[in-house]
Amino acid sequence: MNLLGNLSWEAIPYHEPIIMGTLAVVGIAGILIAIAITRAKQWDTLWFDWITSVDHKRLGVMYILLALIMLIRGFSDAIMMRTQLAMATNGAAGYLPPEHYDQIFTAHGVIMIMFMAMPFMIGLMNIVLPLQIGARDVAFPFMNNLSFWLSAGGAVLINISLGLGEFAKTGWLAYPPLSELSFSPGVGVDYYIWALQISGVGTLLTGVNFLVTVFKMRAPGMKLMDMPIFTWTCTWANVLIVASFPILTAVLGLLTLDRYLDFHFFTNDLGGNAMMYINLFWAWGHPEVYILMLPAFGIFSEVISTFTGKRLFGYTSMVWASGAISILGFIVWLHHFFTMGSSANVNAFFGIMTMIIAVPTGVKLFNWLFTMYRGRLRMTVPVLWTLGFMVTFTIGGMTGVLLAVPGADYVLHNSLFLIAHFHNTIIGGAVFGYLAGFAFWFSKAMGFHLNERIGKASFWCWQIGFYMAFMPLYVLGFLGMTRRLNHTDNPDWNIWLYIACAGAFVILVGIVLQFVQLYLAFRNREQNRDLTGDPWNGHTLEWSTASPPQFYNFAVLPQVDDIDAFTDMKEKGTAYQRPAKYAPIHMPKNTAAGILIASAATAFGFAAVWHITWLAVASLVAAVVFLLQRAYVSNVDYYVQPDEIARIEYAHLRHVNPAPAHHQATPAKRRKKAAEESIEEVSA
Amino acid sequence: MTAIAHVHQGANTAPDHHHHDTSENTIFGFWLYLMTDCLLFASVFATYAVLFMNTAGGVSGRDIFELDYVAIETAALLFSSITYGFAMIAAHRQNKGATLGWLLVTFAFGAVFIGMEVNEFHHLIAEGNGPSRSAFLSSFFALVGMHGLHVTAGLIWMAVMMIEVVKRGLGRQTITRLSCLSLFWHFLDIVWVCVFTVVYLMGVL
Repeated sequence: MNLLGNLSWEAIPYHEPIIMGTLAVVGIAGILIAIAITRAKQWDTLWFDWITSVDHKRLGVMYILLALIMLIRGFSDAIMMRTQLAMATNGAAGYLPPEHYDQIFTAHGVIMIMFMAMPFMIGLMNIVLPLQIGARDVAFPFMNNLSFWLSAGGAVLINISLGLGEFAKTGWLAYPPLSELSFSPGVGVDYYIWALQISGVGTLLTGVNFLVTVFKMRAPGMKLMDMPIFTWTCTWANVLIVASFPILTAVLGLLTLDRYLDFHFFTNDLGGNAMMYINLFWAWGHPEVYILMLPAFGIFSEVISTFTGKRLFGYTSMVWASGAISILGFIVWLHHFFTMGSSANVNAFFGIMTMIIAVPTGVKLFNWLFTMYRGRLRMTVPVLWTLGFMVTFTIGGMTGVLLAVPGADYVLHNSLFLIAHFHNTIIGGAVFGYLAGFAFWFSKAMGFHLNERIGKASFWCWQIGFYMAFMPLYVLGFLGMTRRLNHTDNPDWNIWLYIACAGAFVILVGIVLQFVQLYLAFRNREQNRDLTGDPWNGHTLEWSTASPPQFYNFAVLPQVDDIDAFTDMKEKGTAYQRPAKYAPIHMPKNTAAGILIASAATAFGFAAVWHITWLAVASLVAAVVFLLQRAYVSNVDYYVQPDEIARIEYAHLRHVNPAPAHHQATPAKRRKKAAEESIEEVSA
Repeated sequence: MTAIAHVHQGANTAPDHHHHDTSENTIFGFWLYLMTDCLLFASVFATYAVLFMNTAGGVSGRDIFELDYVAIETAALLFSSITYGFAMIAAHRQNKGATLGWLLVTFAFGAVFIGMEVNEFHHLIAEGNGPSRSAFLSSFFALVGMHGLHVTAGLIWMAVMMIEVVKRGLGRQTITRLSCLSLFWHFLDIVWVCVFTVVYLMGVL
């Protein structure tokens, strides 16, 4: 029996200086971090307070950390592709050979969607959603920890592929028959399958967890239509997760059977049908882009209403527009392959459905504009991201409507026009939204502020860099350049490729500034503490807690009578009230079960990639044993005692004004009234 | 059901409430999970529907399905649903012995079902009609096999639950878990009715 399956020394890409250099840097950085932790004697903190934590806020921070790390990886891929394409013009070969280049564009797509955008979104949702609905944690805190580690496990697998073997060379969609064993005999597609499968299960569990949280754990008095808009958009996103991720699980499972057990779902021979994969993949894939987008819409809504000091215009229409987008998002998948050659009527149906999505999206844009109307917008970093989004996303949306015309799609399919379109919506929409949310809620999660000036500089680099990098791709698309080219030989394209490459470097500066901002914030954290917990004069319940929030979130569960629950409390003078006596709070204990089960799952994925039978069996058994062990333990929770709660609460309440925020109440009320009048004007 | 009903308020609605209980959340969450599982089956059903004609010159459903055999298999699974219902009634009455007895009967029915399915698969593969033969057989094995794997997981879970009932009796947590398994078991029954109809009946007719 071969103990290492198909794994051998040849799996390490010695001959690739770029990869070996990267591995060396990552290895040295890892060792330095380990030394730093040891010297600061922080291993205990790391294990007991973070890795095993079931606290949604800490898990949220870890999700965002994962997203930022994977952003570095995904962006490195991006800048390598842009420099390659800027160098490999006029028939030159460039510095990336095709088999390496193909792995890079595949990894870029998979990482940015599944391991950057998804954890960023889920991280923000983790930190904010339970606070916004006045809950003490999510419905299943342990499962939340498990979800995080499953996502991280998928990310680990994809990064192992850099140093052991290869990654898929198929594009991030892994379309068969290319992804079948006969055309991709290496381990690349297997890494792809298991990384996505493991992290996908984590995401699915997150969806279930947060739906139960939202439906069962809202604060007393909070009806569904009282939920803050970010919570609502996340809820729609979770509905989409629960409804679409099983399809991804299924389609990856079928591809697995094809590759491992010689089934014939998507093969060219013996009756297989590759289009079945493509249909199923996009039945997940299209809802997936709305899973990324909807929470970002929620963030923009919160930002706009907070910084204009007004109530969000058209709350109800915003909720239902999100719902409409969710439902429509499920009946447009075929627009990803109009060229499959369905009948004209089928293509027309999917084209029209796609265009209809522009309607609820337009409703949202007008709601934001009307919220700003007659408000006094404070030009903070989150607002800049929001304004940048409103312009950029509108352009991306319009090119989407253009692509939704099947006739036009036949011309533009697989061209750089398409690449420009979806980067226009995903960067200009989702990523701008997450960065807005990052700046908006950073002090809430960490307890100190980011540097505003560098934040603004980062925004401008991103904004300018984005237009420089992606507007040329629209032009290149019209000039006939297709996606995934390794080198080109057309003098007309060169200038646009150079501009796009320069744009990528401007975005690079924007990303570096984000990290500089983080570094400065940590270095100067003592001077920049957020002592009140309500730095922006916020509207919703998360701002009523300390920054960072007490681990139990709310000493007394708030009574909610309004959508802008915290504004309502501040106006009524009921914010920051001290009860006569605190009651004990029931909290879950931290547990190592999440990381143990996820590690076993990751080991299983690794074993499956390399066909290491004993490890596959052992890790599967280990996962089940860890799960049963967790189920067997009955001592999973404890009570926080009233004197401890009082001590924590008084430490925070010292810094806030228990009286209503009176100096703001009058103008706020006036603006609120103005907003209501403008609603009446429109509806009249 | 009274055990579940009276602990309805979670920690969230009653801050001073000492018997924090999340059974209602657990069952709702598990039900949501089942809906995702339902979509998983739906995807594979769709694949079967697209591919079942693609026999690649090999056998079709008409050639290999034996309705009599499958009818017995089906009966075993349907009866196991009834007996699981009896187990739940006994559990709510706090009758430990009867609960264990009915769980055992359910387990036996489930094991018969799985045994018959494995036997059917074994015969097909031995005759050269394995999943590698054609897209039709691939999707047949995947759909029926996926259901079989679910039932197997249910059986393992049931064995664990029997140990829990023996060791811990019928406490609130155990009842909640039995209720989740009950949802799971009945769900698999419904899926099997669809498999029986779409795969076997429509394949032969």
